Amino acid sequence: MTNGVVDERPTETGRDSANWAPSVDRLSAAGVEGAKVDSVTGKRVSGPVQGFGQLWQKTFTIRLIDANVTPQQLIATWKRDFATFWPKYATFYAPLAGIAPGEVALFDVAPMPGAPISTGVLVLYADDESFTFMTPEGHTLSSWITFSAHRDGDVTVAQAQALERASDPFDELIYMFGGNKLNDRFWQETLANLGRHVGVAEPVVSTQVICVDKRRQWRHVRNLRNSASLRTARRTLGAPFRRLTGRE
Amino acid sequence: MSATTIELDRSGSAAILRIAGDVTSASEPDLMAGYTRAAEGGAGVVVLDFSALEYMNSGGIGLLVTLLVRAQRAGTRLLATGLSEHYRQILSLTRLDEAIEIHEDETAALAAASV
Repeated sequence: MTNGVVDERPTETGRDSANWAPSVDRLSAAGVEGAKVDSVTGKRVSGPVQGFGQLWQKTFTIRLIDANVTPQQLIATWKRDFATFWPKYATFYAPLAGIAPGEVALFDVAPMPGAPISTGVLVLYADDESFTFMTPEGHTLSSWITFSAHRDGDVTVAQAQALERASDPFDELIYMFGGNKLNDRFWQETLANLGRHVGVAEPVVSTQVICVDKRRQWRHVRNLRNSASLRTARRTLGAPFRRLTGRE
Repeated sequence: MSATTIELDRSGSAAILRIAGDVTSASEPDLMAGYTRAAEGGAGVVVLDFSALEYMNSGGIGLLVTLLVRAQRAGTRLLATGLSEHYRQILSLTRLDEAIEIHEDETAALAAASV
C-alpha cells in the first residue's frame, strides 16, 4: 500500500518466482563438493553492468537434426550432465542440488597448461526450457549466459547466448589478445558435444558475435582487486621462485 | 505466454514506454522499436513503465541491459516504475538497479528526473 492507496499490481509470487534465484548479497559455494579452490564464497554477483570491457553478445546455436529430443528433454539432459559437455581442459563442479535457481557451481578452466583459473557461477534462472548463469566478482567475465532450447519446425535447436564484458583491464587485455576466440571455441565445443550426445553425427555450431557496446567502463577499473586471472598469473609466474625456495 | 505491447507517451522532455505482457528475448524487436521511437526528438529521460508487465525471464532482463547501453550512449537517463516487489528483487539480484533508477510510480520518476 502506498499513500493509503491499495497497490493492485500482482505480487508475482506465482508464475515465475520459483524460476529465479532468491535475493542474495554474498554467494556461498557450500553446496558444492570436489573443488579444490573456492574463490566464489563471500563474493557478490557481477553482471554486464558491473564489468569493465567492451560488451559482447554471443549466440551459439546448434540444430539437432535427426535427434529425437524435445526442448524440455534436452534442457533436462543439459542440466543433469552439464559438466560432461565441457571441453577436456575444464572441470565443472555442479551443486549437489543440481542446476537450480540460487545454486552456486564452481569450475576450473585451464585454456593454457599451468594456468588454471578457478571460479564459479550463480544459477540465476532456470525453467524447463532454459537456464541462466551469472558470474561472481573476480570471474574473468562479468556476464550472464543463458542456455535454452526451442523447436524450429521439426528440429530442436539448442542455444547458448552470453552477454559479457571482461571484468577488469587485465582481463580485457587477455580477451583482446586471444581470450575472446578461446571463449568462442569453448562454447562451440560444448554445443558440439551436446549435439553428439543426443545423436547428431556431424554437429554444426553457428556463431553470432555482436559488440553491443564498444566503450570501456573505466569507473569499474577497481575490479582488478578481485581478479582471478591476475591471481593466477601471479601464482604461475611465482611458481619457479617458490620451487627454488622450497615453498612449493 | 502473452505478447509484448509497447505504448509511448511523452511528458515534457521525458518519454514513457508502457510495457505490457511478457518480456522475453522474443520481445527484442518490439522493445527496441519502442525505444527508438521514444528516443526520437532527443528525449533526455526514458521512463520504462512496468505496471502492466505480466512476466519477464532472463532473456527479458538481457534486453534491459541492451536498452541501458543505448541510453547511456545517447546520454539518456533510464528510469523504471511500476515494478512489482518480485521484479524489484530481480533487478536488485542482477544489480541492474545500480544503473536503472527505480521509482515507485510515474509521478515520482518524473519528479526525480525534474521534467
